[in-house]
Amino acid sequence: MNFFFEVLVGGLLAGVMYSLVAIGFVLIYKASGVFNFAQGAMVLFAALTFVSLLERGVPFWLCFLMTLAVMIVLALGIERWVLAPLANRSPITLFMATLGLSYVIEGLAQLLWGAQVHGLELGIKDEPFIIGGIFLSQFDLFAAGIALSLVIILSIFFNKTQIGLSLRAVADDTLAALAVGIRLPKVWVIVWSVAGFVGLVAGLLWGARVGVQFSLSLIVLKALPVLIIGGFTSIEGAIVGGLIVGASEKLAEVYLGSVIGGGIENWFPYVLALGFLLIRPAGLFGEQAIERV
Amino acid sequence: MLFTEAGQLATSYKAEQKLFRLRQDYVAFGILLFLAFVALPYWGSDYWFNAILIPFLVLSLAGLGLNLLTGYAGQLSLGSAAFMAVGAFATYNLELRIPDLPLLFSILGGGLFAAASSVIFGLPSARIKGFYLIVSTLAAQFFIQWLFTKFSWFSNGSTSGVITAPPLVMAGYDFSTPVGRYLLTLSIVASLFLIARNLVRSELGRHWMAVRDRDTAAAVMGIPILKTKLLAFGMSGFILGIAGALWAFTYLGTVEPHGFDLTRSFQILFIIIIGGMGSLLGNFLGAAFIVLLPILLSQLIGLLPANHWVDIGQLENAQKIIFGGLIIFFLIKEPDGLARLWQRCRERARIWPLRY
Amino acid sequence: MDLGSTELTSTAHTLLPPLLKLENISLAFKGVKAITDISFEVQAKRITALIGPNGAGKSSLLNVINGVYQPQAGTITFKQIPHKQMTPRYAAQQGIARTFQNIALFKGMSVLDNLLTGRTLKRHSTWLEQAFRVGRAPREDRSNREYVEQLIDFLDLTAWRKTLVGTLPYGIQKRVELGRALAAEPTLLLLDEPMAGMNAQEKQEMSEFIRAINREFGTTIVLIEHDLSVVMSLSNHLVVLDYGKKIGDGSPEEVRHNPEVIAAYLGTRH
Repeated sequence: MNFFFEVLVGGLLAGVMYSLVAIGFVLIYKASGVFNFAQGAMVLFAALTFVSLLERGVPFWLCFLMTLAVMIVLALGIERWVLAPLANRSPITLFMATLGLSYVIEGLAQLLWGAQVHGLELGIKDEPFIIGGIFLSQFDLFAAGIALSLVIILSIFFNKTQIGLSLRAVADDTLAALAVGIRLPKVWVIVWSVAGFVGLVAGLLWGARVGVQFSLSLIVLKALPVLIIGGFTSIEGAIVGGLIVGASEKLAEVYLGSVIGGGIENWFPYVLALGFLLIRPAGLFGEQAIERV
Repeated sequence: MLFTEAGQLATSYKAEQKLFRLRQDYVAFGILLFLAFVALPYWGSDYWFNAILIPFLVLSLAGLGLNLLTGYAGQLSLGSAAFMAVGAFATYNLELRIPDLPLLFSILGGGLFAAASSVIFGLPSARIKGFYLIVSTLAAQFFIQWLFTKFSWFSNGSTSGVITAPPLVMAGYDFSTPVGRYLLTLSIVASLFLIARNLVRSELGRHWMAVRDRDTAAAVMGIPILKTKLLAFGMSGFILGIAGALWAFTYLGTVEPHGFDLTRSFQILFIIIIGGMGSLLGNFLGAAFIVLLPILLSQLIGLLPANHWVDIGQLENAQKIIFGGLIIFFLIKEPDGLARLWQRCRERARIWPLRY
Repeated sequence: MDLGSTELTSTAHTLLPPLLKLENISLAFKGVKAITDISFEVQAKRITALIGPNGAGKSSLLNVINGVYQPQAGTITFKQIPHKQMTPRYAAQQGIARTFQNIALFKGMSVLDNLLTGRTLKRHSTWLEQAFRVGRAPREDRSNREYVEQLIDFLDLTAWRKTLVGTLPYGIQKRVELGRALAAEPTLLLLDEPMAGMNAQEKQEMSEFIRAINREFGTTIVLIEHDLSVVMSLSNHLVVLDYGKKIGDGSPEEVRHNPEVIAAYLGTRH
């Protein structure tokens, strides 16, 4: 039974990392209706920029600020060259545009910083310790703590600031928001910058875990089922979805994988998400829209 | 006058249903067939067959497969490569396990297996709409790739899942030379395109577009929505499966499941975005673009004087940026792709020398 | 159309069972009531109009009749067969066609193809016969095409036959949508605001088309329209809704003098 809980807790903590990427998605989807496939590429770009600056002897905090600045420039560029010209186009067109965007960002990241794997040391020891007979990873707990504080910061940002208010207005009713004088391009730039910031945090944690390398951009494929389960519009959903995916994927790998052969964690979350969708087509926390004709 | 069409009026509804309406189109089509079937095999070099023509044809066919589903029926899919894999592995196993089965039947069988698996992963479209559906197609992508890697039965015991082409012999004729493989591919691709042309102009084609454009209105007219979608998944899978078999056996000769990964699915999606969704010609244009651009780029880089810093990896990154940028460019400037561009040139030519 | 003859036909028809009968229909979305306990009858070969302020539940009622929405309570009797609910496909098979308030044409298809799609249920060939143009398919292609070409003439759409409908002006699109519904040779035609957003002349034209359809094809029509002057001259029978309830039902003359209807339209509290 202890083993079961160990797997479960390990999965839940890994799930927190998925949630982190998914939150970036949700932010962008809420404010601009764009299903941003390039979120993974943004994670890669942020992590690579950070680690390359760090290796050139720049102090940690300055690296963080400089990378943040780069992500804001990226957001400006995306608003100017991708979102603005594609305003009012169908969601599927926008999705495909972000697919192209992910190619551009991945190519750019590796063109600038090279394709080799970088190690990243955040100064947290990854020694397991034991609580109630269960082995826990210190690093995973740290990651969970970071994710929690990120969620708190974001909810303060959204609920207590003027900018947050306009973001929510845009998400709720874009036309009405425009009518009261909210400037959409500005909102988009802010929200893509915030998503870049979330991407940076996710990139650092993931990078410290598995090394900063190309495969970071593939975690977008993990975040997708998380979003489907949690719904595209809810940060709480992203967290819960991440936990569900993380836990069930590890449990499935251990218990189901031993029966039908390992390596199922690539497709299992998708089948799980599919199951959820068939029961609740708009996700756990999503609102089912009434079709008007 | 090359483009005069005066006097060529369709006088019956049947005349309008013919393959082409204009005499010039028949002539052009005839010249094209002559070039493809006679002139090219006579003059083409092995490099042209192996590196350009065969992959171009196969990718056009794969584009067609996805285009029927996404461009015509409006169901977005990111799992095209998985159904290509099913086609390739099924064809391989049919050849392996039923020794006397003629090659053409194995290929068709591969297509049917791919069609069946595509229909299975299309079933959720009964409830799921829009881009939620990509979950189902991504599930197909990852599950099928895993299946063929994990179980070596599919690759006759090869641990890495590699399969090798069966002897390409049909009716006693050996097609394993570059020209032979080219002709085999060309014949299959050409016939499937002709069938597809009929199909998209038939009632089923209209149903697909109706579901794509307004599914509620389609249901109100009595169009069976689920059946229409599943037929799109099936046809798409069938064509992708055959494309996969050709990719494995007439183009590469040997292939592993990894060769049909998500990147391949994206590549096929890019073909139809660049070429033109909902256009048959677009598949050829998009595939030509995807095949020729990397060759062109590496030629260009080769021309640069200071190429000591340009390594292969960098070239790949540059290619990625250019592809990604082009996708965005096309979505913004020409959402209907190269096919629309071609159509505009054609319309210009028809009224030339007048402007409009 | 003079009033005297309308009166005559109305008495003649009430002897026959109605083509469509709604009894105690109620519809709610997540507890919000859209339609409450509505009953009325539609006589065959007549033009019935549903009127009422915005949000009165008119469109929802049309959606219930052809199965886009499923009511929680009530019975829909069409051609003497009672149903608790309809589905869009079943309704179409029974001979109900409709147009939509916000045009729902197939934008990427030509006028011709849109109208041909309307004839879907007139086909019996399988998709394989169609793909290879064998069996019943070619004959069907020809007969459907002939029918649709006649409709195109009837609706004066010849100039736009091969144009993609997405590029047509609004008024023409409305007419194409009417044609697509008509292509199914329906017994009952539901028109959701066929004249919304039109100028006086376009409304006049559309009214003529609707009248001609009713006269020449014998199609029963239920329509929603806001312009009362048009409604009064076009329809034989009016049903007035307000806040999801029926507040009036009868000939134009009766409805015109119904105090509850006057109150609803003039905004008096009730």
